[in-house]
Amino acid sequence: MSTNIDHIKEEHHHQPSGLMRWITTTNHKDIGSLYLWFSLLMFFIGGFMALIIRAELFQPGLQLVVPGFFNQMTTMHALIMIFGALMPAFVGLANWQLPMMIGAPDMALPRLNNWSFWILPFAFTMLLSTLFFESGGPAAGWTLYPPLSLQGGNSMPFVIFSLHLLGASSILGAINVIATILNMRAPGMTLMKMPIFVWTWLITAFLLIAAMPVLAGAITMLLTDRFYGTSFFTAAGGGDPVLFQHIFWFFGHPEVYILILPAFGIISTIIPAFSRKKLFGYDSMVYATASIALLSFIVWAHHMFTVGMPLAGEIFFMFTTMLIAVPTGVKVFNWVATMWRGSMTFETPMLFSLAFIILFTIGGFSGLMLAITPADFQYHDTYFVVAHFHYVLVPGAIFAVIAAVYYWLPKWTGKMYNETLGKVHFWMTTVFVNITFFPMHFVGLAGMPRRIPDYAVQFTDFNMIASIGAFGFGLSQLLFVYILFQTLRQPVTAADKSWEGAEGLEWTLPSPAPYHSFDTPPKVD
Amino acid sequence: MNRLSALLIASLASVSSFADWEVNMPRGVSPTANAAYDLHMLIFYITVVIGVIVFGVMFYSIFHHRKSKGAKPASFHESTTVEVIWTVIPFVILVGMAIPATKTLIMMEDTRDSEITLKVTGYQWMWKYDYVEDNVSFFSKLDNKSNEARQLGSKIDVKKVDNYLLNVDNEVVLPTDTKVRILLTASDVIHAWWVPEITGKKDAIPGYINELWVDIKKPGVYRGQCTELCGKDHGFMPIVVRAVPKQEYVKWVSLNQKNRVADKSE
Ligand SMILES: [Cu+2]
Repeated sequence: MSTNIDHIKEEHHHQPSGLMRWITTTNHKDIGSLYLWFSLLMFFIGGFMALIIRAELFQPGLQLVVPGFFNQMTTMHALIMIFGALMPAFVGLANWQLPMMIGAPDMALPRLNNWSFWILPFAFTMLLSTLFFESGGPAAGWTLYPPLSLQGGNSMPFVIFSLHLLGASSILGAINVIATILNMRAPGMTLMKMPIFVWTWLITAFLLIAAMPVLAGAITMLLTDRFYGTSFFTAAGGGDPVLFQHIFWFFGHPEVYILILPAFGIISTIIPAFSRKKLFGYDSMVYATASIALLSFIVWAHHMFTVGMPLAGEIFFMFTTMLIAVPTGVKVFNWVATMWRGSMTFETPMLFSLAFIILFTIGGFSGLMLAITPADFQYHDTYFVVAHFHYVLVPGAIFAVIAAVYYWLPKWTGKMYNETLGKVHFWMTTVFVNITFFPMHFVGLAGMPRRIPDYAVQFTDFNMIASIGAFGFGLSQLLFVYILFQTLRQPVTAADKSWEGAEGLEWTLPSPAPYHSFDTPPKVD
Repeated sequence: MNRLSALLIASLASVSSFADWEVNMPRGVSPTANAAYDLHMLIFYITVVIGVIVFGVMFYSIFHHRKSKGAKPASFHESTTVEVIWTVIPFVILVGMAIPATKTLIMMEDTRDSEITLKVTGYQWMWKYDYVEDNVSFFSKLDNKSNEARQLGSKIDVKKVDNYLLNVDNEVVLPTDTKVRILLTASDVIHAWWVPEITGKKDAIPGYINELWVDIKKPGVYRGQCTELCGKDHGFMPIVVRAVPKQEYVKWVSLNQKNRVADKSE
C-alpha cells in the first residue's frame, strides 16, 4: 500500500513536458483546460459554418453555395456547436471547478478523465472529414430523421461512428463527475451544502447517462437500416419513420437540459457573488433543477407535434411541456430575489449573467408559446423555432460559459483580465446577439420555414439584419480570444479571493490554484 | 470592391423599395388558422405582462440596489411563503392557458363531416394532389420562372420574379365555405404541408396518412411551403391554394375531369 502511494507521489515529480504532458495528463486542471480550448476551437469552426449560412441568406436568390452544401452547413453547424462547443465547455468547467468546489485533490477517476477528453479530437476529425468526401457531409439535419438520412452519401457511417464516440466520451465524463461528487466531498459538506454548480452538474451527469445510450440505440438502428437490410424506420419494409423521432427526442429533450442545467448552476453562483448576498432559495433551486430533469423525460414529443399523434398524446405532451415553466420560473424569480436589496456591482461576469437572465427568459417565453400545440402547428419548423432555441443556447448556455470563464479566470491563471475590454466584449456580444436572433422571430411568424437556402422576397429585410448581426457577433468573439491571450501574458497579481462577494472553497486556495487542488481536505461546517 | 459596393447599394435600395416588415403571424381565413392566431396572441400578451413585471423588478433592483449608490446587502435568503406563491401563481396562469388551448386543439383535430377530401402526397420535390370524390389529380411544382432564377449564378433579379419561390405550375383549387378534409402522405421522405393563412402544418410521412381540415371563408390565393427538411430542394416545393366560390369550383372540377377523359381517349 505504502509503495503504491510513494509511486503516485513519484509521478508528480516526473511529469513529461511538452506535448506528452498534455497527452498523458491525468490532472483535472490540465484536462479542464484541454476541454475548454477544444471547445473554443469548435466554437469558431461551428461559427464559421453559421456565417456561411448567414452569408447565403443575406439576400434572396442563391449567391454562394448550392442547396446541398447549405444543408451540410446547417447539419454540421448544429452537431459541432452542441457536441463540440457546448458540451465540452461544460465538462471543462466541471473538471476545473468540481474538485476545487468540493475540497478534493482531483477528479475521482483521473485516467478515465484523460480518455474521455482524448476521444474528442478523433471523433471530430472524423466528423469534419466527411465534408471533404465526394458525396459531402451529412445533410439531413442534426436530427438525422429517416428516411432522408438514409439517403445520405458515404458520410453516414462516419457521422454515426463519431456520434458513438462522443456519446462514449460523455458517458465516461458523467461517470467521473458522479463518482467525484458522491465520494470526494470534504468532511462536513453534506449534499444540501454543496455549491449549486455542483448540484446542477450532478443532475446533468445522470441525465447524460440516461440519454446518451438512447441516442446510440437510435443511430445504430439507422446504421443497420442502411447497411444490414433491417427496416426499423422504412415504411416500405414495415418500419416506422416516426419511431425514430420518438427515440431521438427521448434523448434530445434531456440533451437540451444537459446544455442548460450547468448554465443555471453558473448563473446561480455569479449572481450572489456580485449581489454580495446569499443565493435566494437554495433548496428550491435544487428541487427545481431536479424537477426540470425529471420532466425532461416526459415532454419529448413536443418536438414533433406535427407528426399526427393521437389527440390524447398531443394534450399530454402539451401539459407536461407547459409544466416545465413552473420550476424554470422559480429559478428566474430566485435570481431576481437574490439581487433584490443586494449591493450590486457590474463586472463582466455579472453583466453576462444579467443578460443571461433576461435573454434566456425571452427564450423561455417563446418556448412556452411553442408548447401550445395548436399554435405550434403554425410555429413548428419555422424561423420562430430557430429564434427560440438560439435564444436559450447562445445568450443562454454560451453566455453562461463566457461568464464562468471571466469569473474563474483569475483563479485558474492568477491573472486578471482587462475589465474595460471585458465590458466592450459584453456590450458588442449582447447587441449583436439580439440583432442576429430577434428578427428571426419576425420572419418565422411571417411564414419563413427553417433549413431553406433561399427565401421569398418579403423575408429579405429581416434576413439582412440577422446576417449583419451574425458577422458582428463573430467579430466580437475574436475580441474574446484577444482578451484571453492578453490575460495570459499578464504577471500573476490576482488575489486568492478575486471577487469581494465570491463564496466557496475555491477562493480559499491561492491564485493560481495549485496543481493538486486540496492535498488535505478542508473542513466544512 | 466595386462589385461589393454595387451589392451594398442594391441591397439598401431594395430595403426601401421592397420594405415588407411583417413581424407577426398572418390572421387566418379558416377557423383553424384563426384559432391558432387568437391563441398565439393570447399567450404572447400573457408572456409580455409577465416579462414586464419580472424585468421591471429586476431593473428596479439593478438601478437602486447597487453598491455605487451605497446599498448595503440585506441578509434574507429564503422565504417559504414567497416561494410557494411564485410556484402556485405560474401554475394557475398555465391552467388558464391550457383550457383554451385544449379546446382549440380538440376543434382542430375534428375532421368529421367534411364535404370533400383532398389527398396530398409529398415527393422530392413536388406535391401530388388527388381530389378523392371528384376524380381530379395532378402534380404541382415550383413554376419555371422561379426555378430558373433560383439557380446558383443565374444572374436573374429574383425581386422581379412574380411571387418568387411561392408560385407553382398547377394550383390547388378549393371551394370556399366548405369543410375540406386533407389527407397527407409521402412517397419518399417526410415532407410537411403548410399554408399559414388557411391551416397549421402537418407532416406528410411515408406509410402514414395524416389528417387536416380547412374551411376557407374568403376567396383568394394562399401560398405556403414544404416545412420539413426533405433534401436538397426542400426550399423549392411551394404550395398555392386558390379558394373560389362553390359554383366556380364545380366548373373547375368538370373542366379538369373532362380534360382527363380527353387525355385518356387520345
Ligand atoms: Cu418537402
